Amino acid sequence: MTEATDLDVREGVDRETVEAVQNMGSYKYGWNTEIEMDYAPKGVNEDIVRLISAKNKEPEWMTEWRLEAYRRWVTMTEPKWAMLNYPVIDYQDQYYYARPKSMEEKPKSLDEVDPKLLATYDKLGIPLREQMILAGVEGAENAPAEGRKVAVDAVFDSVSLGTTFQDELAKAGVIFCSISEAIREHPELVKKYLGTVVPQSDNYFATLNSAVFSDGSFVYIPPGVKCPMELSTYFRINAENTGQFERTLIIADKGASVSYLEGCTAPKRDTTQLHAAVVELVILEDAEIKYSTVQNWFPGDENGKGGIYNFVTKRADCREARAKVMWTQVETGSAITWKYPSCILRGDESQGEFYSIAIANNWQQADTGTKMVHLGKNTRSRIVSKGISAGQAQNTYRGLVSMHPRATNSRNYTQCDSLLIGDKCGAHTVPYIEVKNNSSRVEHEATTSKVDDDQLFYCRSRGMDEEEAVALVVNGFCREVLQALPMEFAMEAQALVAISLEGSVG
Amino acid sequence: MLNINNLHVKLEDEDKAILKGLTLEVPAGEVHAIMGPNGSGKSTLSYVLSGRDGYVVTEGEATLDGASLLDMDPEVRAAAGLFLAFQYPVEIPGVGNMTFLRTAVNAQRKARGEAELTAGEFLKVVRAKAADLQISPDMLKRPVNVGFSGGEKKRNEILQMAMLEPRMCIMDETDSGLDVDAMRLVADGVNALRSPDRSFLVITHYQRLLDHIKPDVVHILSNGRIIKSGGPELALEVEENGYGDLLAEAG
Repeated sequence: MTEATDLDVREGVDRETVEAVQNMGSYKYGWNTEIEMDYAPKGVNEDIVRLISAKNKEPEWMTEWRLEAYRRWVTMTEPKWAMLNYPVIDYQDQYYYARPKSMEEKPKSLDEVDPKLLATYDKLGIPLREQMILAGVEGAENAPAEGRKVAVDAVFDSVSLGTTFQDELAKAGVIFCSISEAIREHPELVKKYLGTVVPQSDNYFATLNSAVFSDGSFVYIPPGVKCPMELSTYFRINAENTGQFERTLIIADKGASVSYLEGCTAPKRDTTQLHAAVVELVILEDAEIKYSTVQNWFPGDENGKGGIYNFVTKRADCREARAKVMWTQVETGSAITWKYPSCILRGDESQGEFYSIAIANNWQQADTGTKMVHLGKNTRSRIVSKGISAGQAQNTYRGLVSMHPRATNSRNYTQCDSLLIGDKCGAHTVPYIEVKNNSSRVEHEATTSKVDDDQLFYCRSRGMDEEEAVALVVNGFCREVLQALPMEFAMEAQALVAISLEGSVG
Repeated sequence: MLNINNLHVKLEDEDKAILKGLTLEVPAGEVHAIMGPNGSGKSTLSYVLSGRDGYVVTEGEATLDGASLLDMDPEVRAAAGLFLAFQYPVEIPGVGNMTFLRTAVNAQRKARGEAELTAGEFLKVVRAKAADLQISPDMLKRPVNVGFSGGEKKRNEILQMAMLEPRMCIMDETDSGLDVDAMRLVADGVNALRSPDRSFLVITHYQRLLDHIKPDVVHILSNGRIIKSGGPELALEVEENGYGDLLAEAG
């Protein structure tokens, strides 16, 4: 019955959603791990920046790079143009560095690993063998693998705990490690590319990140190599009042390709937490990066208390001819989302794609979108954005399509759909379009609709309850984007869509 | 099976009575047809029975196998065995027809405490039933009712009926917009489902459909009440003379 199996895979995605609605709580990852932590003192200053650099055993040039960023940051002001409303952030009331105490010495066997750390990964659904590696057990890489391989780098609060499958990746020439390790082990690559896509001075949050980033992932795919497995980073904010500032740098050298997944969760807390990450993608000639995110930070409770403030700068530089990047994001968490994964289409015939689902429920606010900057000839970009608002939430799509004079015969297609559930939420679309040559073409389509009572009644008259019906209709609305995700992520994302909208009707 | 007693229904938004004391009994295994002029309350009856919002029952009751229907949520009525074939089937963009069907079938099975069908089991059944209704595999994959022709939509409703195996089927003007061939397909589908423990309430304007689906009883609905009931010959009489005489007779 191979046909049945195919169907199961295709159709199974929706089934997962429906089951997930029934089986899961409203925020599945809201628990907290009681672990002894080392903190740097609260607040940020040059000493803290030096301390973070020292804790990561960084060379002098890196410390200087950070300090330069810090000195710039103190002269900058927080941007206010986004359609977001939140109290003033006290940047001196945050911890900028936190690390589980047990990670000071690398454990030799599972018995030595803090069982609470193991339990944390278990709860997050990361398989045991990977847990062993994540927990830093030496030799765990040689245990037999089951199923399809996904190499994982896990960042717990500020520290990368370990990266799986490093040996196997190394055989293919792929470097996948924490950025702090890369700074020590591969300084020539880091020096060459760090800050070349998102410069230190880029924006307030990126500059802060440049000064205080504690860890993150680093990937280098050498020329002509197709990465033999999917790579994934799993971010977890656990400690209270701790800002998380990861820095991710991915380089696909000429003709290389890689698919990279990013997942995020955090415990439920009354106080808000700050997250300001930077992701830089460098794509050289004929190379391709597919970057998928399922962002599920704690969104705050139904009264708008707590949640993550998510200020993220993600940018891809298609630096040479025929480079290709595809951003796919499913944004369901965070109290505040400020995020615009962008594509600089510098190489001729380079291509950028952006597929996004942004869901805002209760009191969440999302201001998200993309920038497509066409610099090279015959460049192509495509934007498909699906925004869903429910409860009292506000959801803004903000996007820029810019065709520069040299970017002749380039094309963009933008499709921007908003779906409203209930009558107290808002959807906003703010497209900026600049065309500076005569041969390029830009298309923009936008729709706004409400979840239709007739659709819900139709589903319910066939036996589905109201939440199942909403999940089905909304997943239908998001289909094009869900299809752009790798299969496992698509399932998780569909389940998340359903969970995020719980309690939004009736 | 279905008992409707002195049912009074008004619109929620305005003070307008639509059904004014409708009484009807459909025993198990029988096919009853309801005919009536425009605005007589035919569609309202089908919506009220299946639980759509927007209507208020001011008096009377409706029961399915003795259980009061009017207190149940639409999905509970569905799991209890009630099915409405829509006059205007609704489009759901992005949701595959097969996914929709399987979600519905398994939701009902779950509600009744039965094991859910696996993909393989489901596929086998749906393929066979779709073939009977000349529904192509492509139509099963396409989003629910999106871009379907009028005939395809109605056949799709019958496919849902066949898959859900309800005990009480209500068909709201399923014949509207169908050509002769499509009507025959739909009728064959319905006839194949006829059984001693399944009943049908067929709402239609025209006698035509009743040539293919032979009713046991025909009711004439006018101004919110049943004004006359009889055998299949009543439908022929309407076809021949219109509703005028019957309405005059009823006063």
